[in-house]
Amino acid sequence: MEHLISLFVRSIFVDNMIFAFFLGMCSYLAVSKTVKTALGLGVAVTFVLLITVPVDYLLQVYVLGPNCLVEGVDLSFLSFILFIAVIAAMVQLVEMIVERFSPSLYAALGIFLPLIAVNCAIMGASLFMQQRITMPDTNSQAITGIWDAVAYALGSGIGWLLAITCLAAIREKMAYTDVPKPLQGLGITFITVGLMAMAFMCFSGLNL
Amino acid sequence: MSTLFSKANKEALTSPLNLNNPVVVQVLGICSALAVTAQLEPAIVMGLSVTIITAFSNLIISLIRNSIPNRIRIIVQLVVVAALVTIVSQVLKAFAYDVSVQLSVYVGLIITNCILMGRLEAFAMMNKPWPSFLDGIGNGIGYAIILIIVGFFRELLGAGTLLGLQVVPQWCYDHGYVNNGMMTMPAMSLILVGCVIWAHRAYNKDLQ
Repeated sequence: MEHLISLFVRSIFVDNMIFAFFLGMCSYLAVSKTVKTALGLGVAVTFVLLITVPVDYLLQVYVLGPNCLVEGVDLSFLSFILFIAVIAAMVQLVEMIVERFSPSLYAALGIFLPLIAVNCAIMGASLFMQQRITMPDTNSQAITGIWDAVAYALGSGIGWLLAITCLAAIREKMAYTDVPKPLQGLGITFITVGLMAMAFMCFSGLNL
Repeated sequence: MSTLFSKANKEALTSPLNLNNPVVVQVLGICSALAVTAQLEPAIVMGLSVTIITAFSNLIISLIRNSIPNRIRIIVQLVVVAALVTIVSQVLKAFAYDVSVQLSVYVGLIITNCILMGRLEAFAMMNKPWPSFLDGIGNGIGYAIILIIVGFFRELLGAGTLLGLQVVPQWCYDHGYVNNGMMTMPAMSLILVGCVIWAHRAYNKDLQ
């Protein structure tokens, strides 16, 4: 239980998808203009993560890992293709759900909803999970069972949600500031994210 | 031969290098651009890998573009890209093991690199194979240039080395010069890319 909570908190603050690994940057920068759409995308990403990481975990442990299907065969090299297929299918599902229950959010997210499939944060979480399976149990980053995978996915999703909402709030305010012309738009956004990442670095000493 | 390098083809190759740069103008493929640039060597390897994968995935998709059903095109594209990335990742593991350990999950994340999907959707799906191939090379090199610029400054200022060789002479350290440890932190790469965008837009006035 302790390990579970530690993993969850660490994946929100210390191993934050955006500030520590820069995953999911494209949609992060493009959809963070207003808080409302940012929140919607954040929830969608969290949901997709929450399903794909445990599914990929089961695939990795029971199908792809060494000596799983056939004795002496390691199928790990197929993991890219299998993981991306799971993710693409899940995103299709989420797209249908959002379209059915929240047409306004569906319209606001536009192309970025299907693009969750190629959001690095989703694929990245699965690949990090694959790496963390091999870590020793004593490591606070290790993923030892299916519940660890769920906690890691939820934590990463919430971390991403937190980051995109913060940036959207800052950008809403920044519309009224006087930024040098060549720096306007993209340039200043990058520098803002850089400063936010520095602030998040204070969490790196966090020990649970 | 003259048709192979006609004006339109040349443009497909050279415009992504500057005015249509995938990283600083189209804002694609940011995630990996930020994460692998703490040193120059992984930045160069990453740039090369992406160039090879963009070029060949553009070529393959362009060859089969007329037989891909529109509804499932994203999955087809992802599978082609995932197969190419698997090959590159295995080659790196075999011939450049140290670098592949340094790049860790970011090699796998080339699959979800927005440059690939962006170019496949925007160019390869409606152009002939040869221009698509050139477009892929152009965009890959455009991406690599930014990576190398950022990697160059981060390694030079952060560790005083380039490609692992000491370039800041010892007498500088003797007179009180200190490496800027901040540069090796992930946050600085965001700010550096922000500055590159600033300089690029200040130089190309029409992009503002």
